[in-house]
Amino acid sequence: MTTPAIVADDVSRTYDLDGVSVAALRGVSLTVEAGDYVAIVGTSGSGKSTLMHLLGGLDRPTGGTLLIGGRDVAKLTPDELAELRNTTIGFVFQSFHLLARTTAQDNVGLPLVYRGAGRRERRDRATAMLERVGLAHRITHRPNQMSGGEQQRVAIARALVTGPSVLLADEPTGNLDSATGQSVLALLESLNAEGVAVVLVTHDREVAARARRQIVMKDGLISAAG
Amino acid sequence: MRLAEAWRVALDALRANRLRSLLTMLGVVIGVAAVVALVGIGTGTKQQIEQQVEGLGSNLLLVVPGRLQAGAAPTSSPLTMDDVDAISRVVGDRSRVAVTINSGETVRAGSRSGFASMQGVLETTPTVFVRRLDRGAYLTRTDVSTGRRVAVLGAGVAGDLFGDVDPIGRQITIGGVRFRVIGTFERLGQSLGVDRDGEVHVPVTAAQRLLGTERIDGLAIRAPDRERIDDLSAAVVATLTDRHPDTDFSAVTQEQILGVLGDILGVLTGVLAAIAGISLLVGGVGVSNIMLVSVRERTKEIGLRKAVGARPRDIGVQFLLEAVLLTTTGGVLGMLLGGVTALLVDRLSPVPAALTWWSMALAFGVSAAVGIVFGVVPAQRAGRLDPVVALRTE
Ligand SMILES: Nc1ncnc2c1ncn2[C@@H]1O[C@H](COP(=O)(O)OP(=O)(O)OP(=O)(O)O)[C@@H](O)[C@H]1O
Ligand SMILES: [Mg+2]
Repeated sequence: MTTPAIVADDVSRTYDLDGVSVAALRGVSLTVEAGDYVAIVGTSGSGKSTLMHLLGGLDRPTGGTLLIGGRDVAKLTPDELAELRNTTIGFVFQSFHLLARTTAQDNVGLPLVYRGAGRRERRDRATAMLERVGLAHRITHRPNQMSGGEQQRVAIARALVTGPSVLLADEPTGNLDSATGQSVLALLESLNAEGVAVVLVTHDREVAARARRQIVMKDGLISAAG
Repeated sequence: MRLAEAWRVALDALRANRLRSLLTMLGVVIGVAAVVALVGIGTGTKQQIEQQVEGLGSNLLLVVPGRLQAGAAPTSSPLTMDDVDAISRVVGDRSRVAVTINSGETVRAGSRSGFASMQGVLETTPTVFVRRLDRGAYLTRTDVSTGRRVAVLGAGVAGDLFGDVDPIGRQITIGGVRFRVIGTFERLGQSLGVDRDGEVHVPVTAAQRLLGTERIDGLAIRAPDRERIDDLSAAVVATLTDRHPDTDFSAVTQEQILGVLGDILGVLTGVLAAIAGISLLVGGVGVSNIMLVSVRERTKEIGLRKAVGARPRDIGVQFLLEAVLLTTTGGVLGMLLGGVTALLVDRLSPVPAALTWWSMALAFGVSAAVGIVFGVVPAQRAGRLDPVVALRTE
């Protein structure tokens, strides 16, 4: 039996706003198995993004335990957490977050910068990854020279370039029209078919229905899981 | 992250805001240029003065009545030619002793006139000091002993009175008394702020008669070697104090003069450098300011970099390098600007300037240090940014 990619046990996240504490997550337990395909749905403000940030090691829980790749996030130094984000997790954002003035190739190669890869290696691997997401013809384009769908593919290529075991996508199709969204989704699914665990936040019931299992969030808690 | 990559990112960031980077750099450029130019001028002046003091000749001992200290009232000289004879006996060689009595006088030749510093001297002057003739001959021992009215003109005086005409053998008047020109000095230029080409040397005896006095203003002795200067100095002062119990006498060597002048000029150069350094500091504050703006502008980029695996240190180093790149580029430009300024000042004005490698190295080092010091706070701030907060920033 392989270890689960991510295990969250009674995880909470409370924000402290000028002395008032806001509980964004109030005890969430969730296991993402290796190669899993999970859709998270829920009303706005229910804590989906907060959960994704925790699962991706971008943030730390204020309560409960969270294991990413078998390692307890609470016990990791900032540097170790950074390494975890670099090696184990791929993150895809709703608004792409590509570096402006930077080619698709160099955007995709960015995570490799932080594992000390040389420029040549980065470009080779980035090119291969861009071909993989169907953007062989956009290698030297900059974000402002690409469509939204193309930009999101670049972002997915960037998330994948380090060979992570989990891909976290927070509303990856939220800024795309439905046809483009479908193709991005198809890309994620083909990656999942290759063994990468995919966790996806969406407002679209149809999209969610395609996942292996769905998690519904409400007020910082999982209200339904399947 | 590899350092080469960090440099590239820093360079890219600066290029993305070319005008802003240049303007920020300008503060450092001006600061460094000011340091380099002012230190250059200070150093040049110091070197020039040292050369001139050394140019007087080596192993020189200058003896004057009174105390050599700031604020001491000038003492009227009790020295006479009898004292010179006594000192010559102490020294054991008359040719090593020079004297002077000074007076500013109007000099005339035909219809031309000018103002000159008349110096009553012994025939020993050119050997005690280093003084070269351009034309004719210097005073002789007979000229001095007989008080003959002959004169040797500084290059400036000769030019003023005779232009291109050879002045040897011609008559001039000094303070209304007729003298015959027997020689002219090579041109010397300024020394310690005194125009030494404006001197006219006449026999000390003739000068005393002209001025109606027996006094002489000062003595100079050329010691046979460096080791004997101190003993000689003590012996001379003792002899003079013995002969004039009411007067203090001071004897100074070239080294002492150089030491004092060097100290004064060193302090002056330091003060100039410090003033210039303040502008460098202001430039540094500008860098800090712009880096903080840059961090704020690029919050999202920082968040993204962290999300894909950048450690706090990677981000910090990136911003620190950016600041250092900004200031060192400014430093190099400032060095060039300051160097060119110093050279132009040296060429086009009477103020000398000398570029020293240490002032350049210092300026570069300081500009790099300014980048580090003023870049640290923005860099730390960038490194500590919470990726989630950073990514949410719009
Ligand atoms: N930095 C923060 N400080 C304070 N409160 C926060 C912060 N981030 C999120 N919250 C709060 O936590 C709750 C959950 O936010 P979150 O962004 O996770 O919701 P979401 O489910 O992703 O919503 P949406 O579907 O609109 O993206 C919200 O009430 C939000 O106001
Ligand atoms: Mg959200």
